[in-house]
Amino acid sequence: MNPSNIWYIMKREFNGYFATPVAYVFLIIFLLIAGFATFYVGDFFARGEADLYPFFNMHPWLYLLLIPAISMRLWAEERKSGSIELLMTLPISVFEAVLGKFLAAWAFTGLALILNFPLWITVNILGSPDNGVIFAGFVGSWLMAGGFLAIGATISSVTKNQVIAFVLSVIVSLIFVLAGYGIVLDFFSSWAPQTLVEVISSFSFLTHFDAISKGVIDLRDLLYFVALIAIWLFANALIVNARKAD
Amino acid sequence: MTKRIEIEDLARHFGEIRAVDGVSFTVDKGEVLGFLGPNGAGKSTTMKMITGFLTPTHGNIRVCGHDIASDPISVKASIGYLPEGAPAYAEMTPHNFLRFIADIRGLRGQEKRRAVAQAAEKARIIEVMYQPIETLSKGYKRRVGLAQAILHNPPVLIMDEPTDGLDPNQKYEVRTLINEMAEDKAIIISTHILEEVHALCTRNVLIAGGKVRFDGTPHELEMKSKYHNAVCVHVDDVSTEQVQTFISSLPFVEGVEPLSNQPGVRVFPENQQHITVELSEQIRQKGWQIASLYAENGHLDEVFRQITTRQNAEVSA
Repeated sequence: MNPSNIWYIMKREFNGYFATPVAYVFLIIFLLIAGFATFYVGDFFARGEADLYPFFNMHPWLYLLLIPAISMRLWAEERKSGSIELLMTLPISVFEAVLGKFLAAWAFTGLALILNFPLWITVNILGSPDNGVIFAGFVGSWLMAGGFLAIGATISSVTKNQVIAFVLSVIVSLIFVLAGYGIVLDFFSSWAPQTLVEVISSFSFLTHFDAISKGVIDLRDLLYFVALIAIWLFANALIVNARKAD
Repeated sequence: MTKRIEIEDLARHFGEIRAVDGVSFTVDKGEVLGFLGPNGAGKSTTMKMITGFLTPTHGNIRVCGHDIASDPISVKASIGYLPEGAPAYAEMTPHNFLRFIADIRGLRGQEKRRAVAQAAEKARIIEVMYQPIETLSKGYKRRVGLAQAILHNPPVLIMDEPTDGLDPNQKYEVRTLINEMAEDKAIIISTHILEEVHALCTRNVLIAGGKVRFDGTPHELEMKSKYHNAVCVHVDDVSTEQVQTFISSLPFVEGVEPLSNQPGVRVFPENQQHITVELSEQIRQKGWQIASLYAENGHLDEVFRQITTRQNAEVSA
């Protein structure tokens, strides 16, 4: 692994987002929806509490639709334009390329998250929130975004078609989100053994994110997202390596 | 060591299809190897394997002494590659694109600036350096790809149809560039433009059906033509039949045929020997006026067809 190769690939990919209006459109939509969800759906004011729970609480759903829009181009575009042949014949390893691209997309979502800082200022003006909890919320949300991205990047490497990459990513991500939801768990708990229900629930983004967004940083939750990202990216590298020329 | 590229029994199968089926050749420093063959012959597949994009089904590839299976990064570092169609990142400008390639190729600071400037100058893209690649014409796109391939001054250069889609002036420029670089590099170019065999190549490998059908110099390739050293003569004020009868009687002549698209006859010498001097002597002794007389090198398209279709016949038989 050559860190400078990862850095240069990441840099190129990150700048690539801003080469077209797509990045700006995305950032604006992200901020609008995040704001809308926080104030209307999450009832930010009526709750009368000085925290950003309504904001973070919406993130799994926000990410479900928006993250695949970021990740869909990562590999599908390379395949479609043929530039994957250029990239894969440069003196870099597949892992460097996979990691560089992922980090670029992750940095971009980090930027989108940071641009929500007016919300943080608002809540600090209106009351005196526990900024540690809010910080934990941002970290947790960013980690979860990484999970969504790793899934999306991997799926993007299977196809040339960005639309297919988008739709498949939404579906697979939905499975990971819903795994912790009452409806799904109820469905399983009525017949499946308790351990299986717990396993399914433990795969859920919601289960792990909920605690972090409330300010409880459990090493297991962090580890879950890190492991999830690592496993998906590993699969991503295997797929790119095996199918780069298809 | 002068053997820059060594390929041994290389094969790539896609399911039942044997795209490349036991290809072996070497390329030395200073050689420009013209890779010929009909579409689908396995040219691109072979190049993709040498550059590490495709994994061979079996066979060995060594580039500058590095084995591709055990050290792909070193192999890729010693190659400059222009893939078919010259793919690039469309939203980037050539300037940023070349800087990215330079970064990945490990060039830094002053060295990087110089490499980018030189490649841009050699490929003649200076005037479009700050326009997005997607807005460029086909010729410029191709040359951006070329600049990318030569950026790090690689000992080995592999180009898949470098002049495809260029106009005659651009073709000339690209060929000049390749000839300028030929001396201290080992170069493989694929082409199906036969005039490039002379304009560019010191050696040709002709493949068809995934196998090497010919490996030799352009001259040797021409010698395979029945038109090699044939002489076209046109004599004033004498009927073609008369000329034909006279020349057929000469000892060094194997056959004579009338030219199809102009007056005169084509004379096939025995054993493809040079006969221009004797032939003109004999005609002059006869007291005839020679209007034109020239020897042919051989028709490459005829050789090409002969070699590649013979193989097709074998397959269908």
